[in-house]
Amino acid sequence: MWAVRMFEVLDPGGLCTLQDAGRRGSERFGVPVSGAMDWFALRAANRLTGNVDEATVLEFAFQGPVLSALTDCLVAVTGPGWWLQVDDRRLPGWTAVAVRAGQTLRVRSDNQAFWGVLAAAGVLDGEQRLGSTSTYLAGKFGGLDGRSIQTGDLLRLKTTPTSSPSRAGHFLPASAHPAYAQKVSLRVLVGPQEDWFGEEGLSRFFENEYGIGPRSDRMGYRLEGPLVPRREGSLLSEGMVVGALQVPPDGQPILMMADRPTTGGYPKIGAVITADLPLAAQLLPGTGRVSFHPVSLEEAHRALAGRIRQLDFIESDEDFGVAI
Amino acid sequence: MSAFPRLQWQGDSALLVTLGDCIDEALNQQVYLLASRLNSSGLPGLGECVPGYATLLVHFDPLAGDVERLREVVLHALDTDRSGSEVFQPRRIEVPVWYGGAFGPDLEDVARHTGLHPDEVIRLHCSRDYPVYMMGFTPGFPYLGGMDVRLATPRLATPRTRIPAGSVGIAGEQTGIYPQESPGGWRIIGRTPLRLFDLDREIPCLLAPGDRVRFVPLPADVGGAHV
Repeated sequence: MWAVRMFEVLDPGGLCTLQDAGRRGSERFGVPVSGAMDWFALRAANRLTGNVDEATVLEFAFQGPVLSALTDCLVAVTGPGWWLQVDDRRLPGWTAVAVRAGQTLRVRSDNQAFWGVLAAAGVLDGEQRLGSTSTYLAGKFGGLDGRSIQTGDLLRLKTTPTSSPSRAGHFLPASAHPAYAQKVSLRVLVGPQEDWFGEEGLSRFFENEYGIGPRSDRMGYRLEGPLVPRREGSLLSEGMVVGALQVPPDGQPILMMADRPTTGGYPKIGAVITADLPLAAQLLPGTGRVSFHPVSLEEAHRALAGRIRQLDFIESDEDFGVAI
Repeated sequence: MSAFPRLQWQGDSALLVTLGDCIDEALNQQVYLLASRLNSSGLPGLGECVPGYATLLVHFDPLAGDVERLREVVLHALDTDRSGSEVFQPRRIEVPVWYGGAFGPDLEDVARHTGLHPDEVIRLHCSRDYPVYMMGFTPGFPYLGGMDVRLATPRLATPRTRIPAGSVGIAGEQTGIYPQESPGGWRIIGRTPLRLFDLDREIPCLLAPGDRVRFVPLPADVGGAHV
């Protein structure tokens, strides 16, 4: 198939894969949703480069990739702490940057950063599987042959970008980012199995702080802290959403993330609201601290609408845009 | 007032509809009737409906649709179900299996544990339809119900690191098929040449929730030719 060669990968950095907004519509067959861990970063990067919000991006963690541009293009790096070095020039994250063929892009962070995203105008090309390009590593499909990106890989664009130069310099100001931090309080919708925990279990969970365990990955984050007492027994397996807070018999809650199984048999004390999932996703294993507080359904939906409106606050500043 | 059906939100973008709290084929078929009614409702914001044993998780975009309207549509669909005029018609899928030998290394152990002759284990395993109550765990994995309890055999004490795709096994009172190669502790009694999950097919999943599966024994020598 015809496609523009966009980048040669000089160094993939950490956990580098192609992701989009996720593989929806096949959960009833047991196919996980996957998709970018931080949905706000995904949509911001695409909005900045003029792509549709849900388009395919490069996702990485802990260490940013190094890419050689093979064609002129417009790119944006998003995610808390990430910025872009183009040859010798430092350019901010959350900003549309014009790059030229032959330039070297280094995605960097000053301190330890977690999930980052790089979008390119014209959309990076990935293998479509069940309506999505998201890489599902455990199933070995989607993205680039179902695997993580390696040194020497060629990344292509689906289409030739047309409107890119005029967008260079557009940026999303910090005031419009989610309040990313390594110590956060996340909003939770209680249930559906709150009756498994009783007053004692619920107060233990909502009145304490939890750390993010080192054995956390794209499937789920293990919460380390006071054990949540629950009833014995097992739940009949049922569908499970992203953000669900499952409590296995040992009482140590697990926050379910993008690559979670589609169904689960542990009771769920609640689920992190969609608006706060980007904050949850960016909590570093071993560093992040989190507490939870319950909110109403109406508040969750208002927060989601507000979060999506934040994407509209893109401003224009020509000075940042062009890397020469 | 009955505890079921129960409508609860799981997160802010999915409504969990619970119809009961037991594994029962008639109850499970109510889940599929509800799903099919919702899927034909044309309700704005409605996403995928994901069946469980006794639940339907209804994904919903709260910014594209109205949550009160969703409740109404679900309650209406449940109400109509109770009239019983509509019956769920499951597909019946035959799954050929090579039992024993290299494909079913645990057949002899299952026979020993159950006190049955290996041929009787095969006969019983092939003697009924198994409903696909739901799918999950890995892509294409069917949760099958209804195995003859005389075949119940505990899992291996030490799971195998590699079980080939298509392996048919027994774990406790359950039977199942491995869609992909994976580690596992089920007692493997045979293997099917069918591919349960194949992304190169137009319809990747061989089975769908609600189907009924019937195992059919293949002659051992045919299996040998395929090794």
